Amino acid sequence: MKSVTKAYRPISWPMKGAGGETGSWRTHRPVVDKNICNKCQICWVYCPEAVIDRHETIIDYRYCKGCGVCALECPTGAISMEMEE
Amino acid sequence: MKTTQVIMDTGAHAAALAVKYARVDVVPGYPITPQTSIMEAVASMVENGELHARFIPVEGEHSAMAAAVAASAAGARVFTATSANGLLYMHEVLHMASGGRLPVVMCNVNRGIFAPWTLWADHQDSFSQRDTGWIQYHCSSNQEVFNTLLQAFRVAEQINIPVMVNFDGFAISHCLMPLTLPNQEDIDRFLPTHEPEWRLDPANPSSFSNVTNAPEYAPFRQMLSEDIMSAIPLVKKAAQEYKEATGMWDGDTIDTYRLEDAEVVAFAVNSMAAELRLSIDILRELGIKAGLLRPRLYLPFPTEDIINALPKNAQVMVLDRNYNFGHPGGILAQELKSVCFGRRNDLTIKNRVMGIGGIDLTRRFMADEIRAMIEE
Repeated sequence: MKSVTKAYRPISWPMKGAGGETGSWRTHRPVVDKNICNKCQICWVYCPEAVIDRHETIIDYRYCKGCGVCALECPTGAISMEMEE
Repeated sequence: MKTTQVIMDTGAHAAALAVKYARVDVVPGYPITPQTSIMEAVASMVENGELHARFIPVEGEHSAMAAAVAASAAGARVFTATSANGLLYMHEVLHMASGGRLPVVMCNVNRGIFAPWTLWADHQDSFSQRDTGWIQYHCSSNQEVFNTLLQAFRVAEQINIPVMVNFDGFAISHCLMPLTLPNQEDIDRFLPTHEPEWRLDPANPSSFSNVTNAPEYAPFRQMLSEDIMSAIPLVKKAAQEYKEATGMWDGDTIDTYRLEDAEVVAFAVNSMAAELRLSIDILRELGIKAGLLRPRLYLPFPTEDIINALPKNAQVMVLDRNYNFGHPGGILAQELKSVCFGRRNDLTIKNRVMGIGGIDLTRRFMADEIRAMIEE
């Protein structure tokens, strides 16, 4: 049997920003020192929100929640957590 | 009548046969008296190849409804059945089925609720699930159970809201009555294959029932509330088209008996309403102009049909097989009073609770009760 009405269903599709602009949650901002970063990709592996570009170590601050996992895992100490304004 | 066969069978087997006619895909099941004979019959049909479905024996009713929700979300046509405390154990997942807009169809074989234990019929179980967002039918005969289940799948899949088909334990579930079985081809036309516009599909991934914030959550609940109300025309259409397909008719949202000129109206659901037809005949022989109004649909409450059907200045005797704790009397009476208030002030609505925990409701007993209520 086919639907006769359009059901308003609780479904979400995988896409960038499906959960809203979570960057507004941040209290501390991860900042990459390009002079130290050796592009080892460890931060890209660990980032739980997948907001770090794999090759250029660029962080998407619209969605980065500022959890600090990248700064903790960075083997060269290239990422520091700086207080948001 | 376009029929193939008349057999003698129980209400529970009538339900199982309807499941076969509906070509259900998945049946999660857990036994509870008096529902067990439905699941036994369905399991046999799956085992001997009569029904090409997946039968999932689970460890409890909470899991049965969870499996039903999951299978329905995957696009299957799903059936399960329960009774009494089994239904209460499902309570949380009932909300998941309705909020998730999944067209699960379930039989609830009415039975009184623990404590103390009882195995026998009353309506406390299903009425206490009123606010779960399920559509509820109440049936008064084996044939009506069969017919209503097929209509239930159609309505559920048309508006993506789960449907509960209720009938009394033992009085219907275990009693033999003649059962007319329609042609499978007519049913296949009446109830085509389930074609959901969305399903959980690994090839096209989506996630089901994520966390929402208030501005997202509220519209889901509003739409569910509005869509449940829109079931009434679909219930009527399903009954009408089922009649055209099979020649059988049990009423649509309501069923009436000798109601047109009635001054005293009995108002009740389920098997006791079948017996009440005989009580009405007794009262008529005594010179009392009695009639019957039986809501087949309890939720959504068929307000307009009831208000239009009740004769002017009638005394309406609501016979409740349940308690409305915290209020005098039963739940049906409260429902009826709430829709009649301000619109049918000509009516006198009286109420008695009876038949709790399977106390036998005979035609004589109910006729006597109604006569006593007239004097009150």
